[in-house]
Amino acid sequence: MSKIIEGLYYSESHEYVKVEGDFGFIGITDYAQHELGNVVYVDMPEVDDEVTAGEDFGAVESVKAASDLMSPVSGTVVEVNEALEDEPGLINKDAFENWIIKVELSDKSELDSLMDAAAYKDMIGE
Amino acid sequence: MNNTFYGKLIFELSQHGRQGYSLPENRCAEYQMSDLPKGLMRENAPLLPEVDELSVVRHYTNMSNNNFGVDTGFYPLGSCTMKYNPKINEEIAAHREFTGLHPLQNPETAQGALAVYYFLQTSLAEISGLSEFTLNPYAGAHGELTGLMIMRGYHLERGDVKRTKVIIPDSAHGTNPASSAVCGLDVVVVKSRPDGTVDVDDLRPLLDDTVAGMMMTNPNTLGIFEQNIGVIAKAVHDAGGLMYYDGANLNPMLGKVRPGDIGFDIMHINLHKTFSTPHGGGGPGSGPVGVRAGLEHLLPNPRVVKVETEDYDYFKLECSDQSIGSISGHLGNFGVMMRALAYILTLGRDQLKWVGPLATLNANYIKESLKDVYELPIGGVCKHEFVYDGLKDKSTGVTTLDVAKRLLDYGFHAPTIYFPLLFHEALMVEPTENESKQTLDEFIRIMRVIAQEAKDDPEMVKTAPHNTPVRRLDDTQAALHPIVTWRELVADNQ
Repeated sequence: MSKIIEGLYYSESHEYVKVEGDFGFIGITDYAQHELGNVVYVDMPEVDDEVTAGEDFGAVESVKAASDLMSPVSGTVVEVNEALEDEPGLINKDAFENWIIKVELSDKSELDSLMDAAAYKDMIGE
Repeated sequence: MNNTFYGKLIFELSQHGRQGYSLPENRCAEYQMSDLPKGLMRENAPLLPEVDELSVVRHYTNMSNNNFGVDTGFYPLGSCTMKYNPKINEEIAAHREFTGLHPLQNPETAQGALAVYYFLQTSLAEISGLSEFTLNPYAGAHGELTGLMIMRGYHLERGDVKRTKVIIPDSAHGTNPASSAVCGLDVVVVKSRPDGTVDVDDLRPLLDDTVAGMMMTNPNTLGIFEQNIGVIAKAVHDAGGLMYYDGANLNPMLGKVRPGDIGFDIMHINLHKTFSTPHGGGGPGSGPVGVRAGLEHLLPNPRVVKVETEDYDYFKLECSDQSIGSISGHLGNFGVMMRALAYILTLGRDQLKWVGPLATLNANYIKESLKDVYELPIGGVCKHEFVYDGLKDKSTGVTTLDVAKRLLDYGFHAPTIYFPLLFHEALMVEPTENESKQTLDEFIRIMRVIAQEAKDDPEMVKTAPHNTPVRRLDDTQAALHPIVTWRELVADNQ
């Protein structure tokens, strides 16, 4: 049973966005980290890079597979979670606490096309 | 049973001052070390193990016993076609007349080798239904790159510069998008249907005048034959694109279906898979690329061509300006070609036709025999390989990884696991045509034993392997902090 947090926005490719004002914290869901297994590397963009909704902004590599990270929203990267460089396994400890990038959102209406907690829960069948 | 003392690292067996050999008399005594340029001198003596000959022999003999290969046991690694390498291949390839050749010697004095190249090239063309092959690429992915360069060259020579997209199914091998990117082409992913075959409705809207072509395996990564291949090839051709066949899964088609007959324009073959040359642990591989008639001039330089005269035929190397250029130093991995040709000639035309059907029969036999205890997500007849989605009974918590590790205890190589990504607990088996019914029955028996163990003693399965030289490795630590040298090991122990 994966953890799902109310109030976040979810994508079909298992990323979440936690919105705070004009900023969004993007990471992978608890379900995704569980499916991937132990994460060994997170490939992150740099501050000031642009991300586009539906396009990849990095990758997460686990003992099972390497998967692209798809951005659920568009915007400019204002911060990357540098702790993941040394300890990528933090994502397995708490995927929601350990977001990957912080983005200044360029179009908040994009959030409307994402899922809420209930819809995401339905999608993963839990 | 291996000796654990001599199984230690060679450096751990080292005793300071021990010498395993006697040096001959120094015949350069009049020279001083200090005569050498300072930049060429090392400051400290190299850290070499100091061991006696018998310890060296025991150490490496014990170590060689830890190897697992097709020669020691069943190797059901899916998507890899780990088939037996007949010993006659080795005997043929070891002939001094061939091993003594130099790649730069005059082609006039290497006619036998060029004849081998030409005969293998024309054999592969006939087997595949294409016009001509180059044997120059060193491996499968190298072949993919070569094939895509030909695809791109075909469009560029017509001045059609906007075709920069390659369509690739989402179930494809990872090398397909990687090769496209290396070739400077953009990847467009086409979705699969639940059975892993290409969704034609999803494909059609992607086809426009920016599409260079499409890459496919057939049967696909789940071992399912793409029944719509005719429709797909026509749609891509109508849009002006070319069809590329990734030969990764050629084995079940061998002797039955020719890629050239079902609409493919360019393909590569992994000789180290389908044509029984050494594979795994470094190969070397070989990835010949074939093209349909009309594309031959784009093949890489040099090409081996046959010249017929009234008195005799001979072979020469030919380079052309229309070619995509040279993609390897010489003519590829020649020793591998010798082995592949030996395989083709040993079987001969009639028996080669049985390779595909027997590989298919073996895969289906295992698939049907275990589907009551392992989850079979896609029913129906498979080709050379199939995928289970883990154990049927998931309540025990025993995963595909645990099953794979437990198989090692019984002397089997693990199957491919967690690939393809279409299922959560993918366990992919490819037996190849080589295995006898008795071997398959033993594998089936052990897989059933493990399924039962998962119920009776899940903890034991989750901590497997128990009988191997090393127990379960910490994958995460191995990926994060790999220790690959003795010095790193010493530093880590401190």
